[in-house]
Amino acid sequence: MKGEVVAESTNKFERWTIGGIREALLAKRVSAQELAEDYLGRIARENPKLNAFLALSPERALKQAARVDAMVASGAELPALAGVPVAIKDVISTHGVTTTCGSRILENYVPPYDASAVARMESAGAMMLGKTNCDEFAMGSSNENSAYGPVHNPVALDRVPGGSSGGSAAAVAAGLAVAALGTDTGGSIRQPGGFCGIPALMPTYGRVSRYGLIALASSLDRIGPFTTTVRDAAEVMNVIAGRDANDATSARAAVPDYTAALGESVEGLRIGIPREYFGPGMDPAVRHNIEAGIGALEKLGCKTVELHMPHTEYAIAVYYILLTAEASSNLARFDGVRYGPRDTGDGTLMGMYRATRGHLFGDEVKRRIILGTYVLSAGYYDAYYRKAQQVRALITRDFEDAFKKVDLIVTPTSPAPAFKLGEKTNDPLAMYLADIYTVTGDLSGVTGISVPCGLTPEGLPVGLQIFGPHFAEARVLQLAHAFEQTTHVN
Amino acid sequence: MKISREEVLRVAELAHLELSEAEIAKYREQLDSILEYTAKLNAVDTSNVEPMTQVMADAAGAVSDPNPTFREDVVVPCDISREVLERAPDGAPPYFRVPKVIER
Repeated sequence: MKGEVVAESTNKFERWTIGGIREALLAKRVSAQELAEDYLGRIARENPKLNAFLALSPERALKQAARVDAMVASGAELPALAGVPVAIKDVISTHGVTTTCGSRILENYVPPYDASAVARMESAGAMMLGKTNCDEFAMGSSNENSAYGPVHNPVALDRVPGGSSGGSAAAVAAGLAVAALGTDTGGSIRQPGGFCGIPALMPTYGRVSRYGLIALASSLDRIGPFTTTVRDAAEVMNVIAGRDANDATSARAAVPDYTAALGESVEGLRIGIPREYFGPGMDPAVRHNIEAGIGALEKLGCKTVELHMPHTEYAIAVYYILLTAEASSNLARFDGVRYGPRDTGDGTLMGMYRATRGHLFGDEVKRRIILGTYVLSAGYYDAYYRKAQQVRALITRDFEDAFKKVDLIVTPTSPAPAFKLGEKTNDPLAMYLADIYTVTGDLSGVTGISVPCGLTPEGLPVGLQIFGPHFAEARVLQLAHAFEQTTHVN
Repeated sequence: MKISREEVLRVAELAHLELSEAEIAKYREQLDSILEYTAKLNAVDTSNVEPMTQVMADAAGAVSDPNPTFREDVVVPCDISREVLERAPDGAPPYFRVPKVIER
């Protein structure tokens, strides 16, 4: 049975796009203050049903609104995201605004600085409404691992929004923000984008600065946008992409105008269809919609090419070794000394570490720290960690080989649509397998987007995933935009 | 089960995690089944494969950056210690205070 549909109830409000806001501000049909107040009102009304926001920053949003309205009044040129209400995943640092990572171990943590992606969005005029719920330290595929309760999917309230960036996806899908930032380590942008029926882009590794992102797995983490249109995703990328001196892994590659190719013909683009992503275990409704979506791409003049990516089946195993190893190291800093609450335990230093971490980390986080510590421990390193790094190289080679033959790769985002809350919480491995089509992109560093590809007969969104080579975001967005304009698979 | 109770305790000690008896039993079982799943990697021939330690794609799209550049080592002001210590669990400027460690 489908839950109550929040999306319908918010449809009576205007659904703004970034371009629409710019036009309306310039025509003085709306002020930034009215927009900020309207969105804060929407959150007040709808968030109790969704639990998408963990903290609100109304003062910060209204202060920014005043700045934007002053620019409009003075006739100054408006920056790219002027007056755009945005939401930020709670693993991304925001100066003066509580950043919990969905964890009790940071329940009172207030960062002393802004993440670069947030600073860039605000410099471009965006109005930050608040911080969005997520799986604890971004570990999860359903948002059910948040210490602050699960997020409900706005399309069907009894279902998960996906994870780990579930709050960001739900907020944008329900019209509570025009754009949101999420993070993708194993699928945490694209999978919730697919589950909630909105575009969701994972940029190339290093394309967007990770400075201020509280690290889960440093060789995998990316920051990227959720929006309601592909054009808006391109607009956000124009602002957040680029080299940052504070992140040594951020790329120096030139940042193109990601909107430039939108609307250009995709005729003749070679689209790879890897057979490994269409195996058994895929929901029949997902298969039906994705096949129809590929048909729509062919009608646009794309040439489909069947591909073989032989190491795909090893991706989840590689991922859970490398991710947990990196996470166990990154999360060592949470010990009750410098931030968050402290559990004094038996009164000794070691007792304090053990009690703080043992009592304030959630179940999934402890499970992954244990697994990661195990695979890195003496005697097991070569068998697990080194082996996984070698197979990671082979998965990456699959992508390199594929992109010698095709321009882009198309797959489903997830094997099934949004599942019911509570359905997979007792089986970690089953939950991990929800990321089976997305983790390969994280491991290989490529870019990928999930775009809406119709609904199942039950009315649940299906996501079509488009992978592109490193730094080919513009091409990925071009095809996603063409697909968005043509489709409506059912 | 391949994973013993002692191994779970050893890992918990390394990771500074206090676990309840129920957690020890649960994580032992789950660690076992996850590691069993990852054993499928043993089927892959990796004898001539360099481990991939980092994704550093350069402008041309190559995965390894052949010419990493380093920033100048310049001191820049970073005056946030007051703000950080104010919010610490037990801040005693300019220090974080922790239980005595001499006996350890």
